Amino acid sequence: MNAKRKKIDYSKWGYIFILPFFLSFFIFSFIPMIDTVRYSFFEYYRSGLKEIGPNFVGMANYVKLLKSDMIKYGVNTLILWVIGFIPQIVIALMLAEWFVDARLKIHGTQFFKVVIYLPNLIMASAFAMLFFTMFSTNGPINAILMSLGWTKEPIDFLGSVWGTRSLVGFMNFLMWFGNTTIMLMAAIMGISPDIFEASELDGCNSFQRFFSITLPLIRPILAYTLITSVIGGLQMFDVPQILTNAQGTPNRTSMTLIMFLNSHLKSKNYGMAGALSVYLFIVSGILCFFVYRMTNNQDLDGSKAAAKKAKKEKRG
Amino acid sequence: MKSKGPNVFRSVFAHVTLIILSFMCLFFFYILFVNASRSHADLQKGFSALPGAFLWKNLSNVANDGSFPMFRGILNSLIVSGSSAAICTYFSALTAYGLYAYNFKLKKVAFTFIMAILVMPTQVTAMGFLRLITNMGMYDSLLPLIIPSIASPSVFYFMYSYLESSLPMSLVEAARIDGSGEFRTFNSIILPITKPAIAVQAIFTFVGSWNNYFVPALVIQSKTRMTVPILIATLRGADYMNFDMGKIYTMILVAIVPIILVYLLLSKYIIAGVTLGGVKE
Repeated sequence: MNAKRKKIDYSKWGYIFILPFFLSFFIFSFIPMIDTVRYSFFEYYRSGLKEIGPNFVGMANYVKLLKSDMIKYGVNTLILWVIGFIPQIVIALMLAEWFVDARLKIHGTQFFKVVIYLPNLIMASAFAMLFFTMFSTNGPINAILMSLGWTKEPIDFLGSVWGTRSLVGFMNFLMWFGNTTIMLMAAIMGISPDIFEASELDGCNSFQRFFSITLPLIRPILAYTLITSVIGGLQMFDVPQILTNAQGTPNRTSMTLIMFLNSHLKSKNYGMAGALSVYLFIVSGILCFFVYRMTNNQDLDGSKAAAKKAKKEKRG
Repeated sequence: MKSKGPNVFRSVFAHVTLIILSFMCLFFFYILFVNASRSHADLQKGFSALPGAFLWKNLSNVANDGSFPMFRGILNSLIVSGSSAAICTYFSALTAYGLYAYNFKLKKVAFTFIMAILVMPTQVTAMGFLRLITNMGMYDSLLPLIIPSIASPSVFYFMYSYLESSLPMSLVEAARIDGSGEFRTFNSIILPITKPAIAVQAIFTFVGSWNNYFVPALVIQSKTRMTVPILIATLRGADYMNFDMGKIYTMILVAIVPIILVYLLLSKYIIAGVTLGGVKE
């Protein structure tokens, strides 16, 4: 008791313990960020072996980007994301509802969960390479389709705009629907069983229950899933990059924003890469703000809420 | 009471859908395995649903290919992912403990700041990062793929929530009364308590780092330092049509098999960890 009353000041240890994190962040994220913003105002690129710049050009890079294909690549990214996200959220909601519904008596729940989550951990670049070989004109998928007699000529999936886009969307769907299912399942299981019991007594059928009880009650986590998925979609790179060999073929219709950034970085066009990064930074900053608001205000999973509540009570 | 009919129908529908989805998830890996076990000539003849006997031959072809040092790549990836997982979880736990257990002026600011950058994509600072490590002489080395993982906001957030729910401050005070220094308290009392959280996050960090492609592709130049995803990408860029297809499938196979093995061993913890994390990477 005595030692406690003396109140040794431990606050310096707080600073010491968080120092490595902030030092690392400062060096590897903050300085690069400042550098990126700075060079976005410069003409600075490599032409052959010659380095042009850095010459200050003000907002010229930003204007040039708006006039370039950036908007088109933004739309591409959005399309690719939507193709993957819509089936992902619909299937995930359906599966989550089934898994928690005891009356359906789903057999092998654990097995199904393990299987549907598996693609999430697979290296996206290897997965894309696999799809590339499988869906090529002389690949196994065409061989199967032809031997089934569904098509006479091999289908050139990667030669058509919507073929490529659908493949990217399909891969994103496969990689993320298991993850989303498990997140939504936790949210549905967080709903008090009393509500479901009461609804059953009132003669609610499973459709009514899903649309009028489950869906409204898991809205916070749905919003969270949506925003984090948008941020993930904004970063879409590995799959289309490998699938189309960095070209965004056909005719750059599957080129994403990060692929565009990557091509500027590879060609050492620092000015343009900087300006593009700043655009991306602004968009992701807005999205980060939403996530920040949600993680602070909303109850995303049971444990955090309980812990926070306890903490607030302790503070008085 | 509800009639039994609709539930039986829904149950059958649910099972059929689940089986179709599971088939979709496993089908591609099965084809990958089948094709990796067949020779190039065999593959040219067409599709087969049954594996061949060529897996070992393909594996030794992959191992002896100097232009795509796959096993060297796996070693590099293991080094990067293992070190990242270790330092990321250790320093995240340290940061979380620092913010949880101590009261200091900038505590609130520091916490708010980390929460604000929780889901910030690394890509937006990639250009400055590339220039920075070039100036530091770390271009084309594995270090810049490892050290920055000290600052991982999402892992921090996970650790922080875990400490909030499972570490009573009285324990820390008891250790102090027993004369334990602050660092020793962290290493010998706090770390063991957070072991479950560290294990889950170590797996996720390892997998994330193993699969990471964007940053390594910008940083690494020489073949001997390439990680697996870059090797896969160079494979795609090469004139693959002249390649031994059996070898290509085998390369993809060895790129993903380590993770599948880890997953099958630890799937229970990994799936439980998905919901605990709350934040997608």
